[in-house]
Amino acid sequence: MGAQKKGGGARVVSDDSEEQSRQRLQAILLADSFTTKFRPVTLERPKVLLPLANVPMIDYTLAWLESAGIEEVFVFCCAHSTQIIDYLETSEWHTHPNLAVRTIESHKSISAGDALRYIYEQQTETSQIQGDFVLVSGDTVSNMPLADLIREHRERKKRDEKAIMTMVIKKSKPSPITHQSRLGTDQLFIAVDPVTKQLLHYEEDKVDHHARGGSVCLDKSLMESNPSVLLYNDMQDCNIDICSPEVLSLFEDNFDYQHLRRHFVKGVLVDDIMGYKIFTHEIGSSYAARVDNFRSYDTVSKDIIQRWTYPYVPDINFGGNRPLKVGRQGIYRACDAVLSRSADVGASSVVGYGTKIGNGDRILNSVIGNGCSIGSNVVIEGSYIWNNVTIEDGCEIRNAIVCDGVRIRAGAVLEPGVVLSFNVVVGRGFVVPAYSKVSLLQQPMKEDSDEELEYADSSSGTADRLSGLSLEMESKASELGPDGAGYIWEVCEGAHDEEWKHSVAPIPEDKLAEIAQAMDDDDMEDESVVPTSGELKSDADSINTDVNDPGDDYSYFEKEVEGTFLRAVEEGIKVELGILEINSLRLSYNMESADCAGAIFYSMMKHAVDNPHSSASELFKNASNIIAKWKGLLGFYVKQTDEQIEVIMKFEEMCQETAKELGPLFAQILHVLYDKDVVQEDAILRWAEEKAGADEADKVYLQQCETFIQWLKDASEEEDEEDD
Amino acid sequence: MDFQVVILAGGFSSNLQPLVSKEVPKALLPVANRPVLSYALDLLESSNLKDLIVVVEGEDAALKVGGWISSACVDRLHVEVAAVAENVGTAGALRAIAHHLNAKDILIVSGDIVSDVSPGAVAATHRRHDASVTAMLCAEPVSGPSESGVAGGKDKTKKPACYDIIGLDSSKQFLLHIATEAEIKKDTRVKKSILCAAGKMEIRSDLMDSHIYAFKRSVLQKVLDQKPTFRSLKQDVLPYLVRTQLRSEVFPEEKTVEDNGKNNMQSNEVVLSQILSNASLPSFHQVYESGLNSRKTHKCCVYIADESKYCVRLNSIQAFMDVNRDVIGDANHLSGYSFSSHHNIVHPSAELGSKTTVGPHCMLGEGSQVGDKCSVKRSVIGRHCRIGSNVKVVNSVVMDHATIGDGCSIQGSVICSNAQLQERVALRDCQVEAGYVVYAGGEHKGETFARK
Repeated sequence: MGAQKKGGGARVVSDDSEEQSRQRLQAILLADSFTTKFRPVTLERPKVLLPLANVPMIDYTLAWLESAGIEEVFVFCCAHSTQIIDYLETSEWHTHPNLAVRTIESHKSISAGDALRYIYEQQTETSQIQGDFVLVSGDTVSNMPLADLIREHRERKKRDEKAIMTMVIKKSKPSPITHQSRLGTDQLFIAVDPVTKQLLHYEEDKVDHHARGGSVCLDKSLMESNPSVLLYNDMQDCNIDICSPEVLSLFEDNFDYQHLRRHFVKGVLVDDIMGYKIFTHEIGSSYAARVDNFRSYDTVSKDIIQRWTYPYVPDINFGGNRPLKVGRQGIYRACDAVLSRSADVGASSVVGYGTKIGNGDRILNSVIGNGCSIGSNVVIEGSYIWNNVTIEDGCEIRNAIVCDGVRIRAGAVLEPGVVLSFNVVVGRGFVVPAYSKVSLLQQPMKEDSDEELEYADSSSGTADRLSGLSLEMESKASELGPDGAGYIWEVCEGAHDEEWKHSVAPIPEDKLAEIAQAMDDDDMEDESVVPTSGELKSDADSINTDVNDPGDDYSYFEKEVEGTFLRAVEEGIKVELGILEINSLRLSYNMESADCAGAIFYSMMKHAVDNPHSSASELFKNASNIIAKWKGLLGFYVKQTDEQIEVIMKFEEMCQETAKELGPLFAQILHVLYDKDVVQEDAILRWAEEKAGADEADKVYLQQCETFIQWLKDASEEEDEEDD
Repeated sequence: MDFQVVILAGGFSSNLQPLVSKEVPKALLPVANRPVLSYALDLLESSNLKDLIVVVEGEDAALKVGGWISSACVDRLHVEVAAVAENVGTAGALRAIAHHLNAKDILIVSGDIVSDVSPGAVAATHRRHDASVTAMLCAEPVSGPSESGVAGGKDKTKKPACYDIIGLDSSKQFLLHIATEAEIKKDTRVKKSILCAAGKMEIRSDLMDSHIYAFKRSVLQKVLDQKPTFRSLKQDVLPYLVRTQLRSEVFPEEKTVEDNGKNNMQSNEVVLSQILSNASLPSFHQVYESGLNSRKTHKCCVYIADESKYCVRLNSIQAFMDVNRDVIGDANHLSGYSFSSHHNIVHPSAELGSKTTVGPHCMLGEGSQVGDKCSVKRSVIGRHCRIGSNVKVVNSVVMDHATIGDGCSIQGSVICSNAQLQERVALRDCQVEAGYVVYAGGEHKGETFARK
C-alpha cells in the first residue's frame, strides 16, 4: 500500500532551510497498540475501530492530525489490517483534500519497534518519510495544535543535531492512593531540565503495592552535570512524539527495541555514546490522551461528552460521523432516536441513531450506539453500549462495555466492570459477575501473564480463525445461562487482583482503603532501612551488592559445574566433552583452573554421597568408582601442584561442612586419589606441611592421614637414597 | 521574637590543623584580624537576636572562647558559653544543652559562618509556615582563589564539588529531599511518597546548606530524645525530618499535651500561618493530611538566600583562605572596616619601609612593620608582625606577631601567630603552625609545618 506514494514527492534538494520550510508535514499513525489490554474485544475488531462516543477512535486521531496541519499520514496496520484498510477506503479520509492517508501493511510486526523497523525498510525503497514526522497511535484523542511544536522541534534540531525527539506531556496528577493516572496508566516519574526541557529520566512505576521500591533513583552523573533537575510526578505522557528521521534508524540499529517508551526512550536516555537527546513539551489548555485500557476508554469518553476535546465532540461532524443534537446537561441525542416518555435519560449521555429506548428505562452517564433496542425498565449507568445491541426488559447494566450485536435477555444483570464482546448473548436472568470478560471466542489457551506477552502474538491478526471457532461454539452449552452464548474468560492468575485497576468501573471503596493501609505499612518499612551517620555504615553493604561478591560468583560457578557433571554422569557424556563444557563455564565465570578442580571434585564427591549407600564401605566404593571413572576430567584441571592442593583443601572443607559422612574415609579416599594419579605425592606433602602449623581442630584429617603421609615420606626418602 | 539562638562554635577542629592550636580554637581563628565567631555574633545582632548560647566543644576551648566573648561583646549581647564533651557531634551538643532551651523556636547557627544573610529572615520564614524546621540555603561558593594567578591553576580545572543535593517543591518554600553525606556520591534516591504528594520536585545541586537552622523546640527535643544514635544535625536530624514529613512521628503526642485549652489558639495559628504565607491554596502537606486520615505531617521549609548574598563556612583550610580573601576583597562590607581609596586597610600605626607596596585587597594590622622593597598582594597581615625587606606576600594570611625574615616569598600560605620564617624562605601553599620556626633558605611547596 505504501508503494502507492511515488512521484508526488519529487523535489529538488536545495538549501537546507528552504527544504525544511517546504517539507510536508507527515505523521505515522500506528493503528495497532501491540497490546492485549482490550481483549477479548480486539480479537474481532482492531482497537482503532472501536467507537468512542459512537465514532471510531481512528477518526478522532485523523481529524485532529488533519486540523493540526498534517498533510500526509501513514497508517501502519498490523492486526486486522484488512478491516482498517476497508474502513479507511470507504470513509471520507480516502478522498480528503488536505490529508493524504496512506496505509502500510505488515503482518509480522508484534511491537511498535517492529513497525518502525518495517517502515524504515520500506523507506529505503520509497523514501516516503522526508523529514520530521509526528508519531502517534491510532487511539489518540487530542485537539492540540502541532504546527508550533513541529517548528520548535525543527529549530532545536537545527541548533542541536542530537535533539531527535520531542515528547508531549500534560499535567495530570495521579491519584495519591492508587498511584494511577486518571487514564488508568501507571504513574510516571520524569526528570526534565528546567531550562532546556530536555528529558533526563523516564520511569513508569509499575503499580505494585507489594514490591514497590520507595524511591525514584536518579543517576549520580545526572546530578553532577545538571545544577537543577525538575522531577515530575504530576505529568502524563500523551504518547505524541515529534520525531526526526534518526528515530527510525535508531530502531533499525537496535533491533531489540520493542516498546516506544520502555525500550526506545530509556535506551536513548542511558546511551551516552550516541548522545541523542529527547525533549519534552508541556501542553496546557489543549487536550491529549490515549485510550490505553478500559479505564482510559471510560475517561476519554467522558471527556468527549464533556466537550474537553472540542471540536471533536458528538454534535460536530469531524470524520464523516453523523452529528447528534446536544441538549442540556450534556445529553446528545440522534434526531431519529425513539425515547419512550417514561424513559429517563440523565446527564452526560449519548443516544445514537435508530435506537429505541423503552418505558421506564433509566440511563445515566452512558453511551448508547446506533440501532440499539432497549426494552422496558432497564437501568444503564456509566456504561458503553455499542451498535445494534438488544437489551430486553428489566436488565441492569452498570459500568460495562457491551459490543456490537450483543443480546441481553430479560432480567439479566451486568455487574460493574463487565465487558461483553461481539454478539454475545446473556441468558435470561443471568448475573454476569463483576469484571468478567465475555466473548464468543474461547480464551487463547497459552496465555502467559508475562510482560512479554503484552505484545499480541501474531495470531491476533488473523481474523479467519473466527469462523471455525464460532461453529464449535454452537455445540457447547453456554456459560451465560441456558439461552446465552459466550465464554467467560478466565482471568489469568496474578492479574486477578489487578483487574479492577484497568476496568471501566470505578475503583471500589474497600480497595482504596486496602491500598491506603498497605501504603502506611510500606512507609514504615522503608523508614527503618535508613542508617544514621553514627552507625557504620550502609557503604559496605551497598558496595557488596553493586560489585558482585567474588565468593558469590564462585558458589554460582560451583552449582553450574555440579549441574554439568551430573548431566555428564546421567547422559554418559565423554570426558572430552565434559572438559569442553566446563571450560566454557570457566571462561564465562572467569575462574582459575584451580577453581574448576575444586568444583569438579566437589561435584564428584557430592555425587558419591548422594548415591544410595548403606554403610561407609559402600560409600567408599562409590567414591572410588567415581574417581576411577572421571579421573580424566579431574586430571585435566590438576596438572599443577597448587591445583592438587586445592582439591585436597576442598575435600577437607567438604568433610567438615557439607558431607560429614566422608570424614572417616578421608585418608582412604586420599589414597585412592594418589593411586589414580589425581594428586601427586608432592601435593600431599606440601598440604601436610601447610597444615602442620594449623589449629588442633583443623588437624583432624591430617592426623587421620598420618600413616599414609609417613609412608609417602619414607617412600620418597627411599627413592632419594636409591637415586644417590 | 521568642527565639533562642544556639551558636555551635566547635572546638579544636581537626581538619583545620595546624591553624587551630591550644591557644586558638576554631571559633577564634582570625578572619581579617578578628575572630570568625564575631561575624556570626554581629550578624545575629543585626537581626536583633541578642540572647545567645555559644556551645563549644571541650572545656579548654570554652574557656578561651568565653574569655574572648566577655572582653569583646559583653556589653552588647547576652551570651552564655556552654562547654560540651568533644566529638559528640552537633546533635550531641544540643542534647547536652537541651535543658537550657525553653523558647518556642530555636535558631541554630554554625559558629564558623561568615555571611550577610539575615538570620531574622530565616526565623520569619520559619514562623510564617509554622514549620518544624527551616534550613537556610545559599548558592554554592566558588572555591579557590578567584584570580588565576599563582595557586589557581589546578583548582580551576576541577569541577566545583557538589556539596548538597536538595529537593524543593515548586514554590521553593518546602524542603522535600536532602541527601546525606553518604548519599551524595551515589545515585540520588527520591522518596516516591513525598514526590507524589508534592507532584513536582526540583532537585538542585547548586545550593548549599549553610548550617543555619530554625527548629521548633518541641520537635527538636523529641527527635533528640527518640533517636539517641543521631549525632549530626545535618546528616541525621534534618534528613530524618525531611524523610518523615508526611508521616510525622514528632507531633501526635505533643498535641495531646498542648491541647489543654490551647485548641483555639492552634487553629487560629494554622489560619494565620496560611494568611501569612500568602497561600490561597493549602500546602500539599494539608492536602495530603486531609486525604489520608490518621496521618500527621510536619513542614520542612527552606529560606533561599539571594545569590548576591555572601555565605561561606570556615570549615577547611581552603575555606579559611577563601574567607580571608573575600572579606577584604569582594565581600568587604562584611569586615566592618572602612577601606582606603586603594581598597586596602593599612592601620595608621603600621610602618612601611621605602619602595614597599601594599596592593588592593590587603590588610595590614596594628603595629606591624614591613621593611623595604616589599610587596603585599591580596593578603591579610595581622598585628605586630615583623616583616623584613624584599619580602613578597601574595594570597596569604599572616597572623599576629609573626616574624618574616628578609627575602622571603610567601604565596597562598598561612603563617600562624608567633611563627618565624628566617631569611630567604620560599613557601607556596604551606601552613605554618603557631610558634614554628622555618629555617633559612628553605623552599617548600604544599607542606604543613607543625611540631608533631
